Amino acid sequence: MAGSDDGILIKGIKEGLLLTLRADTDEWMTLTGRLTTRIDQQPAFFRGARVALDVGGRPVRPHEMESLKALLEKRGLTLWAVVSSSDTTNATAQHIGLETSLVPEHEQMETVEVDPEEVGTPGILIDHTLRGGRVIRNHGNVTVIGDVNPGAEIVAGGDVIVWGKLRGRVHAGANGDESAVICALDLMPTQLRIAGYISISPEDKRRKPRPEMASVRGGRIIAEVWKE
Amino acid sequence: MTARVITITSGKGGVGKTTTTANLSAALASLNKRVVTIDADIGLRNLDLVMGVESRIVFDLVDVVEKRCKLRQAMIKHKGYPELYLIPAAQTRDKTAVSPAQMVEIVRELRPDFDFILIDSPAGIERGFRNAVAGADEVLIVTNPEVSAVRDADRIIGLIEAGERKLPMRLIINRIKPDMVRRGEMLSIEDVVDILSIKPIGVVPDDEGVLIGSNRGELLNGRAGEAFRNIARRLNGEEVPFLNLDGSSGLFSRIARLFGGSAGG
Repeated sequence: MAGSDDGILIKGIKEGLLLTLRADTDEWMTLTGRLTTRIDQQPAFFRGARVALDVGGRPVRPHEMESLKALLEKRGLTLWAVVSSSDTTNATAQHIGLETSLVPEHEQMETVEVDPEEVGTPGILIDHTLRGGRVIRNHGNVTVIGDVNPGAEIVAGGDVIVWGKLRGRVHAGANGDESAVICALDLMPTQLRIAGYISISPEDKRRKPRPEMASVRGGRIIAEVWKE
Repeated sequence: MTARVITITSGKGGVGKTTTTANLSAALASLNKRVVTIDADIGLRNLDLVMGVESRIVFDLVDVVEKRCKLRQAMIKHKGYPELYLIPAAQTRDKTAVSPAQMVEIVRELRPDFDFILIDSPAGIERGFRNAVAGADEVLIVTNPEVSAVRDADRIIGLIEAGERKLPMRLIINRIKPDMVRRGEMLSIEDVVDILSIKPIGVVPDDEGVLIGSNRGELLNGRAGEAFRNIARRLNGEEVPFLNLDGSSGLFSRIARLFGGSAGG
């Protein structure tokens, strides 16, 4: 069905058919004309189908969508959803009473407005203690809720944050980022590395556990008490 | 009636798994429990030695698996306790002679006739360990208050936690020397529990009686024996107060707190 060069992609999905209209430059009328032609070639295949429409970034106005909906209904197809990155199209879909997502509402993730400054800081969250022998490698930031025990190791391209006791080995900024930091509620690692720098914990049995942050300053790794 | 299957493991060798298994099985038997103990350390068997039944071995675990005998025929009855049996390991084979699935099957067959099935795991994290935990309902981790034993226990706990079945685990800290802890020459119980973060079920003092008793197949006397008896009673659901190994110091009252209210210290 798919793969023709008329800019229309037809795919079976769980909820019925997904029609993707890719040719952004074509006139809406031209495109819908081609679509009805495709449908008319195999009327039996399409009849009774529930159809979702993906129009990409194309702004579609209400009268345009209404006319397409009517064309589809005439051929026995039910349009139930329109997916688009265009606000105009989404407003249109809501106006006509169509869904704007293929995922049922209760399964949707809450959409959060992301501050542009936070974009591009991917990473992983580990919600349990890393025991000896476990190794975590990630190009982004690594956050652990739990301890990092002796014999466990974290290698991160970015920062490493341990909400617990850090007693294993950690390498932050492993791709060379000297601005990377390592934070822990109790920082007593076997070994710390940031970019190309290495340090070990000072022997001090009398120390009190306290949150600390390690970073590179003046050519060496320095750990400072967290007070902010 | 169906048995609880408890595997005794440690990661590191030489921390006292076999001694613990032998003593716990004898202690449970002395509480009139029906107990069968399986030595899963194929190729390096010695639970039979420690339990004093070596001379009476005819068939072993591998014979059962390879269908050269019935399960009952490989069970050696202990002379001291009428309801205590041992299924010995084979001495001439290695860990690959038995599969985890076969261990599960053996345990399934034994379950209806016993109250406790104890499995003595070999050291290490490979096949032998996986065999030993395959059929387990719960796991006892044996460790010593020293850095390398704790490190290996941590690894084993991590492997069990990462397994499909979330097996409950409890900790036995073996061979503690209170005076060495006091002098700071040995990890304290608090240090060990802090790192491993699983609940202890008992602390066993280092006791010369352990070595002397090691090959008589009897439950130990002395404070180590008492500690093992207490662990057995705790396994059996009793609340047993903690041994005061220390005479007067507050060390063991602090341990009592680590055990939490219900375990009773």
